[in-house]
Amino acid sequence: MSLLEISELKVDFSTPEGMVRAVDKMSLEIRNGEALGLIGESGCGKSTMGLSVMRLLPQNAHTEGRILYRGRDLLKIGEHEMRQVRGKEIAMIFQDPLTSLNPVLTIGEQICEAIRLHQGLGKKQAKERAVEILKALRVPLPSKRVSEYPHQLSSGMRQRAMIAVALASKPSLIIADEPTRGLDLIRQAEVLKLMKELKSSTSMLFITHDLGVAAGVCDHIAVMYAGEIVEYSSAQEILNRGKHPYTLGLLDSIPRKGLKPIEGSSPSLINPPQGCKFHPRCSSTTKQCSQKRPGEIEIGEEHFVRCFLYA
Amino acid sequence: MRRLEFFLRLKERKIALVGMAIIALLILVAILAPFISPHDPVEQNLGQRLLGPGKQYPLGTDNLGRCVLSRIIYGARTSLSLGIIVVGVTTVGGTILGLIAGYRGGIVDQIIMRLVDIMFAFPAIILAIALAGVLGPGLSGILLAMVIVGWAGYARVVRGSVLSIKEKEYIEAARALGFSDQHIMVHHILPNVMAPIIVMATLSLAFIILMVAGLGFLGLGAQPPTPDWGKMLTEGRPFMRTAPQLTVFPGLAIMVTAMAFIFLSEGLREALNPRREVAR
Repeated sequence: MSLLEISELKVDFSTPEGMVRAVDKMSLEIRNGEALGLIGESGCGKSTMGLSVMRLLPQNAHTEGRILYRGRDLLKIGEHEMRQVRGKEIAMIFQDPLTSLNPVLTIGEQICEAIRLHQGLGKKQAKERAVEILKALRVPLPSKRVSEYPHQLSSGMRQRAMIAVALASKPSLIIADEPTRGLDLIRQAEVLKLMKELKSSTSMLFITHDLGVAAGVCDHIAVMYAGEIVEYSSAQEILNRGKHPYTLGLLDSIPRKGLKPIEGSSPSLINPPQGCKFHPRCSSTTKQCSQKRPGEIEIGEEHFVRCFLYA
Repeated sequence: MRRLEFFLRLKERKIALVGMAIIALLILVAILAPFISPHDPVEQNLGQRLLGPGKQYPLGTDNLGRCVLSRIIYGARTSLSLGIIVVGVTTVGGTILGLIAGYRGGIVDQIIMRLVDIMFAFPAIILAIALAGVLGPGLSGILLAMVIVGWAGYARVVRGSVLSIKEKEYIEAARALGFSDQHIMVHHILPNVMAPIIVMATLSLAFIILMVAGLGFLGLGAQPPTPDWGKMLTEGRPFMRTAPQLTVFPGLAIMVTAMAFIFLSEGLREALNPRREVAR
């Protein structure tokens, strides 16, 4: 059963330079208990897509389409109802724990607050629960940590504290926006291990630019380019039999595969290229690529590619 | 934990401790005024006019034979209570309006900030004179004048901080957890702007006490025979050469009080600076 079903989602930002289409007719599905990786380079719209599910986009954003969560269209419900979804049903894990934890509140206050908001527990019970969550995340001395401030914790501990805040009210879906960015390899491995453990209790939308990281955590992977999904399949399939030229480019750019960069740079989202948005950077481009936008082509079981090469 | 650290930091600043001691003493004196003042501050003894400091009258007497020390002690009540009321009301009011202006933005922000501009352009003394004209001279007039003008500074400072804080990722994170706007304003943004507010409030106590004295000197504040430091300066002025105690002691009281608040605010500024770690 699908937990989150995004269909034909369009997000436009009106800017002084013109309309920026950050997400272009994107459709995506996350099933119950599934972890979906959303891969793409900076500025391809993957974070925008995460925020649009939470309805936290800035005011100059226009959203169209449908985001069905357990059958309810999140784009249609009222703000009050939406607040019941945020945190309680869908929680977010942000990039940088140092900036996404409030510096003047203790870790315990921040976790308890979230618990009390959605679960209506008393102060004392909430604190016990906070300690439990920290303990489950293998934070040493959890009952001491709850009365400390973010700046007093090590970066790995902060990361866990932030995850604890997101887990406070047992959400069914976690949107993790590049939780490993800026961490050294050891921390990164720790966080990934945590994320894998989280997978057993919630569904997850894992946003990252690192194909290797995504493949380690996620069941399915969607590759995003300039606001659209260009390839979707199971993580293993993408890693071993990725088909779209952009996916192949991403695979070739992984260090152990030769660190080969993709030529060119991300297209402007104000004036995206005609036809297939990737064609100016594609090595196997044909005539029709610059004229028509390729549709989604099913090339295997649960394997979709948006490329004329496979039509 | 947090309080302990705060006091440890404050303790390092000797100047803040001096300020705090003086303020504590002043508050104590103001509260205990009926028990510690040697005489009734309004009782006139025309046989004992313009005496120098002596045994019976420690700081001498004024031109109506009233005890200068007793009048200074009771004067502390006027200055401190007025200062605390004005600072309390303006801090709370200004902070709330600044929070709303900064957080909501748009038209609400425009309206509040234009009001702030008007208040900044409006001299408190003129307003106090105008209000004295309407309400009659007395403490209520200057109190109202200072409240009307005083909130603007807080609103401006708070709004500025809120504008930068509301863009922080942890506010977005709070929103992603489903907190309402009011909750975010009060529980997530307000604690982040508390430090400058506290420093500003302490500092403005100093200026309000100077202001009360100044307005009293102009005859706008407390009316005779209520003891008031500013008023005492006016009354003592004609006798500056023959009986300097009439102006020197109230002047000292004003100066010491204002200085004590400035010292404390200076120490608080250091102690509340989050970028500074305590040395233990």
